[in-house]
Amino acid sequence: MNTAYNFAFFDEGSKREIRRATLKAIAIPGYQVPFASREMPIGRGWGTGGLQLTLSLIGKEDVLKVIDQGSDESVNAVSIKKLVSDTTGVQITDHTSRATIIQSRHRIPEVPLNKDQILVLQVPLPEPLRYFEPSEHETKKLHAEKEYSGAWLMLFEQIMKYGSMTTGADHPVMVHDRYVMAPSPIPRFDNSKMNENEALILLGAGREKKIYAVPPFTKIVSLDFEDYPFEGESFDGKCCRLCGSEGVFLDELIDEATGETYYQCNDTSYCCEILNEVEKAGVN
Amino acid sequence: MTEFEVPVLSIKNLNKQFGPGCDHCRNPEPMALIKNYCSVCGTVYACRDVSFDVYPGEVLGIVGESGSGKSTLMQCLYFDQETTSGEGYISSYQNGLKNLFEESSQQKRYIRNHLMGKVYQNPLLGLKIDFSSIGNIAEKLIAAGSRNVGMMEARGSELLSKVNIPVHRRKEAPKNFSGGMQQRVQIAKALSNQPPILLLDEVTTGLDLSVQASVLDLIKSLQREMNISIVLVSHDLGVIRMLADRTLVMLEGQVIEQGLTDQILEDPQAPFTQSLVHSLL
Repeated sequence: MNTAYNFAFFDEGSKREIRRATLKAIAIPGYQVPFASREMPIGRGWGTGGLQLTLSLIGKEDVLKVIDQGSDESVNAVSIKKLVSDTTGVQITDHTSRATIIQSRHRIPEVPLNKDQILVLQVPLPEPLRYFEPSEHETKKLHAEKEYSGAWLMLFEQIMKYGSMTTGADHPVMVHDRYVMAPSPIPRFDNSKMNENEALILLGAGREKKIYAVPPFTKIVSLDFEDYPFEGESFDGKCCRLCGSEGVFLDELIDEATGETYYQCNDTSYCCEILNEVEKAGVN
Repeated sequence: MTEFEVPVLSIKNLNKQFGPGCDHCRNPEPMALIKNYCSVCGTVYACRDVSFDVYPGEVLGIVGESGSGKSTLMQCLYFDQETTSGEGYISSYQNGLKNLFEESSQQKRYIRNHLMGKVYQNPLLGLKIDFSSIGNIAEKLIAAGSRNVGMMEARGSELLSKVNIPVHRRKEAPKNFSGGMQQRVQIAKALSNQPPILLLDEVTTGLDLSVQASVLDLIKSLQREMNISIVLVSHDLGVIRMLADRTLVMLEGQVIEQGLTDQILEDPQAPFTQSLVHSLL
């Protein structure tokens, strides 16, 4: 542990400010609370929002897991883990169920979260109405007046153009029947995991300086139309080529040599755990 | 009073000023202002004590030179601007007992989305220029609570064909359209949720004569068909003569004359109205 820095990199005042914004965010589910996004040793847009949340919350007893697009070992995840462990000395894990804080980019883990866990999501664009209305001043008013026709209109336009809702990720959701929220670019597959989730979900946008939250057991409904209901990605009839799992989010990969398409768990630690269990069972 | 005598929209003593006002211009003496401008504090009195009623199925025209407060009045009616003081009532909203201008912004939003339609002089203000035409119409329907794509598409196509925009161009963005077509998309949008009140702000200004005629024709026939009440602002007396049943004449933020359109045009009383009518080509 590097003692040249204060515990968890930030000074106590900064952490308190972020925590205060977080508390407000939890009190008003889905509402974007502005906060003073700090300078970080990584660039804005590289997960600084999530990282600031993690650093402000982490204690000596915590166990941290960081994933980037489902992977524990990608560059971004590894450098964030290094920074946090270097300045706090906390335990790092790959096991979703062992972690107390899970910082994630673009995925919610396959293993269901429990009430002792906090999921921190990194958010590039926290404003679900931004494409519809470029002015922050105006979107604030729209949120205040619960005027969300713009969010539905964007989906309507997609249906008009392409015949279906084409949000690959970041499909807007209604939080607790009040605020429309960008769930960060998680695949539609993960949207339903947010609904009535046992864990606290925090979302941080470092560049846009916003924090928002989905408290445990909050109703989350993905926006849709009566005749075009919301649907997650479907992997019917496909399974992971390594662990054989079905009903999880799969990556489609193409073997360049043979041209064959195969599928593999996107959540690497989940895949690993399944494989280990299979191996254990085989040895016994 | 019998049913048909109840006004759909009733405006009482509406005032709108830009600027704080000062002791000099609050003085009711007529010479305190230069036109509607206070030379001491720079306050502009855009609308002064404007009152009128609009009855079901009626077209009320508002004429006046530019800068007389017509558009400001319309913006106040559509809540684009906050009014300084005054009252407004809509018969179908809370039985016409609640003052519109004192409602919360959420309620104002509701009134705009459910009870009114507005066509702006500049289509850029009334349309999302990058969204498809049908999307623009759907926006109003979504705002009024519809969540059924099939229904909205059908309604949008029906309206677009009513305003003579070929249905095969419905998915095109209004930015690809000519000014006249944009204006017609705006009209279709304003009519989409069949509002009891339609506000038209200089709809034909800037359009060429043949398009003007077809847009006016369209408004007239839609109004007859759907029995909508219209407040129509124009500085073109020809438009007023053709459409309006009753007319208000505004000058320097005040209503200086009102009456049946024929009366106003044939027998103008106020000097300004006289010169306005006489300058009609």
